[in-house]
Amino acid sequence: MSEFDLTILFASIVAGAAPIVLAALGETITEKAGVINLSLDGTILLSAMASFVIAYETGSLITGFLTGAVIGGIVASLVAFFSVYLRQSQVAVGFVLTLMTRDLAYFLGNSYSRIQGPQVEPLHVPLMNKIPFIGPILFGQNIVVYFSVAMIGICWWYLYRTPMGLNLRSIGENPKASFSRGINSRKMQMVYSVCGGMFVGLAGAAFSLSTKPGWGRPQGAEGTGWIALALVIFGGWNPIKAAIGAYLFSFLQVMGIYFQGWFPSIPAQVFQVAPFPLMIFTLVIMHLTQKESVLSWAEEKNWIKSVLKMFSSTAPQSLGKPYKPD
Amino acid sequence: MTDYYRTIKEIIFALVIVFTFTTLVLLAAGAPPFEAYYHIFKGALGSWIRFSHVIKTWIPLTLCACGLLYTFRINLWNIGIEGQMMMGAVFTTACLRFGLESPVQPLFLWFSFAAGITGGAIWAFGAGFLKTKGGVNEIFAGLGLNFVAQGIILWLIFGPWKRPGVASMSGTEIFPHTMWLPHLTSIRLSPVGLGLVTLALVITALMLRYTRIGLYLKAIGNNPNAARIFGIKRAKYMLIAMLFAGGFAGLAGSLQVTGVYHRLLPAISSNYGYLALLVVMLANYNIWLAPFIAFFFACLNVGSIQLPMVLQLDSSLSGVIQGSLVLAALAVHAWRTFRKDNSHRGIE
Amino acid sequence: MRIELQNIHKHYGMIKANNGVNLTIEPGTIHGILGENGAGKSTLMKILAGFCNQTSGTILLDKKAVTYLNPAQASTYGIGMLYQDPFDFPLLTVLDNFMTGLAHGLKNKKKRFKKLFLEYSKNLKFHLNLDTQVKNLTIGERQQLEIIRLLALGIQVLILDEPTTGISSIQKEVLFTALIKLASEGRSIILVSHKLEDVEALCHSVTVLRQGKVSGKMNAPFNTEKLLKMMFETLPASPSRLKNIPGKKIIHLDGISVKGGRTGLKDCTIKIRQKEIVGLAGLEGSGQGVFLRAAAGLTNPYRGRIHVQDSELSGMDYRIYRDRGISFLPGSRLEEGLITGLSITEHYALKKKHGEFFVKWRNVEKNSARGIDLFRIKGSIESQVEELSGGNQQRLLLSLLPPDPLLLLLENPTRGLDMESMLWVWEHLQRYCESDTGIVFSSSELDEILMFADRVLVFFNGRIIKNLKTDQTDIHTLGRAIAGKN
Repeated sequence: MSEFDLTILFASIVAGAAPIVLAALGETITEKAGVINLSLDGTILLSAMASFVIAYETGSLITGFLTGAVIGGIVASLVAFFSVYLRQSQVAVGFVLTLMTRDLAYFLGNSYSRIQGPQVEPLHVPLMNKIPFIGPILFGQNIVVYFSVAMIGICWWYLYRTPMGLNLRSIGENPKASFSRGINSRKMQMVYSVCGGMFVGLAGAAFSLSTKPGWGRPQGAEGTGWIALALVIFGGWNPIKAAIGAYLFSFLQVMGIYFQGWFPSIPAQVFQVAPFPLMIFTLVIMHLTQKESVLSWAEEKNWIKSVLKMFSSTAPQSLGKPYKPD
Repeated sequence: MTDYYRTIKEIIFALVIVFTFTTLVLLAAGAPPFEAYYHIFKGALGSWIRFSHVIKTWIPLTLCACGLLYTFRINLWNIGIEGQMMMGAVFTTACLRFGLESPVQPLFLWFSFAAGITGGAIWAFGAGFLKTKGGVNEIFAGLGLNFVAQGIILWLIFGPWKRPGVASMSGTEIFPHTMWLPHLTSIRLSPVGLGLVTLALVITALMLRYTRIGLYLKAIGNNPNAARIFGIKRAKYMLIAMLFAGGFAGLAGSLQVTGVYHRLLPAISSNYGYLALLVVMLANYNIWLAPFIAFFFACLNVGSIQLPMVLQLDSSLSGVIQGSLVLAALAVHAWRTFRKDNSHRGIE
Repeated sequence: MRIELQNIHKHYGMIKANNGVNLTIEPGTIHGILGENGAGKSTLMKILAGFCNQTSGTILLDKKAVTYLNPAQASTYGIGMLYQDPFDFPLLTVLDNFMTGLAHGLKNKKKRFKKLFLEYSKNLKFHLNLDTQVKNLTIGERQQLEIIRLLALGIQVLILDEPTTGISSIQKEVLFTALIKLASEGRSIILVSHKLEDVEALCHSVTVLRQGKVSGKMNAPFNTEKLLKMMFETLPASPSRLKNIPGKKIIHLDGISVKGGRTGLKDCTIKIRQKEIVGLAGLEGSGQGVFLRAAAGLTNPYRGRIHVQDSELSGMDYRIYRDRGISFLPGSRLEEGLITGLSITEHYALKKKHGEFFVKWRNVEKNSARGIDLFRIKGSIESQVEELSGGNQQRLLLSLLPPDPLLLLLENPTRGLDMESMLWVWEHLQRYCESDTGIVFSSSELDEILMFADRVLVFFNGRIIKNLKTDQTDIHTLGRAIAGKN
């Protein structure tokens, strides 16, 4: 591992990021519609467990992935139903579900721990994977990775280039106004929460069937849900920027493995934990750059100003505040 | 009277839902449900030793719940409580290690409480500082600091504080008996721990009801803009609330080291901070309900430790029951407000 | 389209917002709905537009009874409503706002809708930049956007709720020209207003509402006196302006510039004296709110100085201003003034001087009971503030003011109050001025300013452009000044 090969490095970043990209995209869609699904961390584990168990029992990877998506959708529908129709705090419901789905996953998956199960095989794109450097990174992966990369573009296109995406964004901005324009905001918030949740579920399946094959306590996906949530903010509710964040996090994780080899005196566990606070504090620092004092300082310095502008973002105006009909 | 009757009906309704759900989960795992319930019950209250374990879980849970009442009052989600508890344990361990060489070891036992409270408070202040000065959402600030605390504990256990010989996940070396929290062998419990929890409950109740701090926390939590015009400094009281929460959590961590494990473990906080969030939510932010719910949750936690041994099930069943209880409570709460709205309309 | 409303009732609890309203509007006309605040105009229009449902009564369109449950269904019948504060999406662009709810499907239709939008705006002589975010538009421009959107939906009946509040007189002219054009094309226009001049300038016929009922109808040309009588049972006798002689200087704002609001506040220099009542006029959000907050010490100016009596307080904390006797009363009662979930007593506890550790609940309860009595607040010491009516909330806020302030800064102190409450508030405020207090208040009603203020400051685009004695000016001069014309 201590040998440093850029191609391998980048290939493992892209591969490792796939589930995180999916989860971050899912949460972006949900939050764009005005709902915060805080249950990501548990949802990923529960769907990872369910996908692995179903794929193991049926021998079908596709069934496994579908199970993951369905589980993710069900959990998200609970969050959305409690908040949109029952008007309970999204944070509270999401947090309870995070803990509960995690425990449920450990409990139900107990007898499937540490066994060999099916996993997604690499699918090289012929010819394309022969391109030097780029080839192995982008075209020597498995289908889950290709899917995650494709979804970045598709999500962006849907949100910013289609009327349906416009309606979706409008709900997150002002559900009352959307309602007055004939968009059933509450129903659509349910629908997009479930859609986003299905992506999150797929992310879980991608963990247990591809990125970190198998099931156990711990599975290895613990904490990534929180990272995905942070990435949505990091990306300023933009799918492309969120995905870039996911690759950054994957980079930190891969570097952790290298660092373990380079600094044997420091316990390996530290490097496993380190990417999480690093990622979150990147977010913190970015947040601080948006303070007025910093911005006015950068006013004269053009390139700094343009960098800061890239980080600037505004949350959907009605995030977490669903519409209450009169 | 009808209100009283209705509340009981709602509680029964919620319990039936949770019971049905848990039974289904058990059936899905291929386990005999009633046997599992029986073992949880017996595991929690079957003997005096078990019961003393329940109390040992109840103590940190209630302490954290007390702390969270302050932060919830001002509308802060102190998810960082987990890390605050960990840092309380770290500071306590550091203090005790320092005292190992000293001739007055028991004195350091008492210092260690102060150290624990300080550790928790520092960590909470960190999250509060990021929130008030940096505008960072307290959930993410707290979460980040939880990860950092976890990293620090791992580094200490595998690095500077490692056991002579091999470092392992089982933690640092056990402290000598002189540095254990004195406990009464007859009841296997420490009166100090119980005393501290009672004190924490009384202080919190007084603070929230009879002091300006309590009033201001509520005012800011309900409407920060108006509170500002009343001349109340939001940032200051957020930090105060965080310091209280961190202090209580740090004390909980401290008691985990001195009273339960007598060493530092990677899992020293045992997720009690997160669990305490559920306790407070289920108690509907009521301080007098919180200790009872904490006791019930402690029973579930201790009882379900039996599951892996007897039935080869994972002990996380307790978490499933606790989570579904809170969800059911939220649903009942929503139903109640919904009906209230409707009955208002009825009068009209 | 011919609209008939038959015997419309709308009850909110004990309050009967509409109590048997009958109304007919002919196609191709501009019909005015007049009435003072709380007469039930807005409720009636919300029912017609599908935003709420009537308790009982029938809506007939071209003699066919219809029911619809929401605004979108109403628009399929050809009814659209333009709200005082248009329902739009501040962070989306003008084009996106236009397309939301109009465009469907997966195909990118931006080009088509851009063309459509430009056609409509050319027809009505509106000038909007399609790519700016709506948050950068003025209320007048947002109205224009909304009108175009409603037309694109195929609206035949356009309801406008107080459209001239908060827009400049130039925009008003553009709007009125457009409305006349739309009516001449056969559409029905309903103009809801409490401003006689607007209705008289534009409408073919008028219906006046009072206390949820129709109190009269009239066709053009109108008789102002008669209309006024229909609006008010008896013309309310107003307290007359005080003739106090201003005393010593209280506060001196010396060339201050402040950020905030839509426009901020630029280069403002002003002195306020004891016993003086100063009214702040201007379009909504032209800097009045920023002015009041800066004078209260809630926001610090980035340039200039603030002197209170003889000491400079610029850059100091809000609480120092408070301790000096400067009190600020925010305009939005439940957003900034009172704290939902807290009882009246708890509010009294908040008001007490800081410093003590424990709250002396028994003393506070006594105070609060006394306040409730003195200010005739309908509620008990345990009542939570959100249970109180708007008028009672305002009384509570006034009762929380210190007894002998140096300076009172009031943001829209009578907004949303009925006539009786408004007069009560002013009687109370005038009592302050007899004991050396200075009062600064903002209001969107020029009448109120002319009636009660000694001096008026006119705000335009974040600047004070006029500083006049109220007895040396009149409503027309002020009206022009507000619109930025001299």
